[in-house]
Amino acid sequence: MSRAPAARGGRRPGWFGALLVLALAVALAFLTLPVVAIFVHASPGELLASLGDASARDALRLSLETTTIAIAVIVLVGTPAAYLLATRTFRGRALVVTLVELPLVLPPAVAGIGLLAALGPNGLLGGALDDAGIQLVLQTAGVVVALVFVAAPFHLRAAQSAFAAVDPRWREASRTLGAGEARTFARVAVPAALPGLGAGVALAWGRALGEFGATLMFAGSFRGITQTAPLAIYADFATDFDGALALSAVLVAIAGALLLATKLLTRDADALARA
Amino acid sequence: MARRLTAALTLAAVLALAACGGSGGGATGTGTGTSGEGGGDLVVSAAASLTTAFQQYAGEVLYPEQVRLSFAGSDELAAQIRQGVKPDVFASANTSLPAALYRAGLVGRPIVFTSNQLVVAIPAEGGRVQTLADLADPGTTIAIGAASVPIGAYTRELLGRLPRAQEQGILANVRSEEPDVKGIVGKLTQGAVDAGFVYWSDVRATGKRLSAIALPPRLEPKVAYAIAVVTGAKHPAAARRFIAGLRHGRGLQILHAAGFDDPPPPGRR
Repeated sequence: MSRAPAARGGRRPGWFGALLVLALAVALAFLTLPVVAIFVHASPGELLASLGDASARDALRLSLETTTIAIAVIVLVGTPAAYLLATRTFRGRALVVTLVELPLVLPPAVAGIGLLAALGPNGLLGGALDDAGIQLVLQTAGVVVALVFVAAPFHLRAAQSAFAAVDPRWREASRTLGAGEARTFARVAVPAALPGLGAGVALAWGRALGEFGATLMFAGSFRGITQTAPLAIYADFATDFDGALALSAVLVAIAGALLLATKLLTRDADALARA
Repeated sequence: MARRLTAALTLAAVLALAACGGSGGGATGTGTGTSGEGGGDLVVSAAASLTTAFQQYAGEVLYPEQVRLSFAGSDELAAQIRQGVKPDVFASANTSLPAALYRAGLVGRPIVFTSNQLVVAIPAEGGRVQTLADLADPGTTIAIGAASVPIGAYTRELLGRLPRAQEQGILANVRSEEPDVKGIVGKLTQGAVDAGFVYWSDVRATGKRLSAIALPPRLEPKVAYAIAVVTGAKHPAAARRFIAGLRHGRGLQILHAAGFDDPPPPGRR
């Protein structure tokens, strides 16, 4: 891809150029205003004081625990699944890719009702789960299930393209040198795809941290058990707007850090692919 | 493939938008009856427990496309009004939230227009809870409202009147504190909990799927609903008519049929 600097310099920007700048200014203002407002509304000192609230700390702790477990599950199962999708062609592969990506575009309420219909006490597998002594609804485990469902496609998608970008000759070389497929996966493919995999983890983590609707419908809301940070924000905003703002500010900071990590990692991945 | 998927998704999105636009257009297009004031729809923010009754009332008495009903926990609706949201009417499942908004000059003088009854709801086909006493049994699962939403406040008021051990036993069995009464009913109808504290009208609204255990009258909290015209409402006259219709005539009949009662002091069913 070569740039054409001649087209950029020299000529005066016309009306179209001005329109583009205006559109970007509107988009930027609209998209950043709510985030700015969260930090303007309360001073950093007030934000920190509100975080001293025990229920806010419980919610953050639960969010960190459940998202960590969910991400571990997603990485352990999703990474090999994405490797298969990236390295094999088979009948119905496009359909499989579409199906595993479907939760990306599902409304959270649909995810919640779907999880209830599948894994709830009256759901498809409800009886079987009950017989096995597994309880999900209104349990911390149910939160993790909801998070895995909504966040997994983000990692699957990123991991699949990261593996697809690894030069197939590396894998062939590895196998020619006598390494088995498992060894090739662990020693060649994963290290080469690492930045892309990291970006997938960061994106999935961000989506999991923000999960609200499916969690409320499937797992309910109970302090310390199922009330994650987004649910605590919703529970608090009517009575303690400042407390809800403080918790929101923490989520903005974490989400921002995750997005930054994604950007840096994908830049590394791009650099690696070009190298 | 990816491109075709994108195209299909785009088409779906366009259709969805067209559907929304269609109904929205219809709403504004036929807006003739809500008097000339302000234009647009009468906006009513109402407690989640009023959902069925208000939908029927708006549908039968007024032109349904001219009333926009918004249902949530009363505390959330009040918080929205405090943050500057201006519906025309605010109907709350208690009297304290409208009273507080009235003191702050955000709504007109509230009127108590109906009442309800706190009950223990259980699946109609029966389960492990048959009496109030069963609620404290170890292993029973219960859903209640969050403390800030009226249903949750009434529930805590009731629990506070029970012997301490029973109150603690019941609270220990709570598995979810829902943001509004619809959430509690949903957990019940999905079989996620054995029992929940809801209003009598909620049990009625589920048809025959739930049944109610009545509470001893001496324990029952007084559940009164207050309604007010919001200060700065765009349609104050229509808002007053909406409220008047709930106190006499068809609106009152609908409330009664839905399981609501006259304003307190209520006669017991």
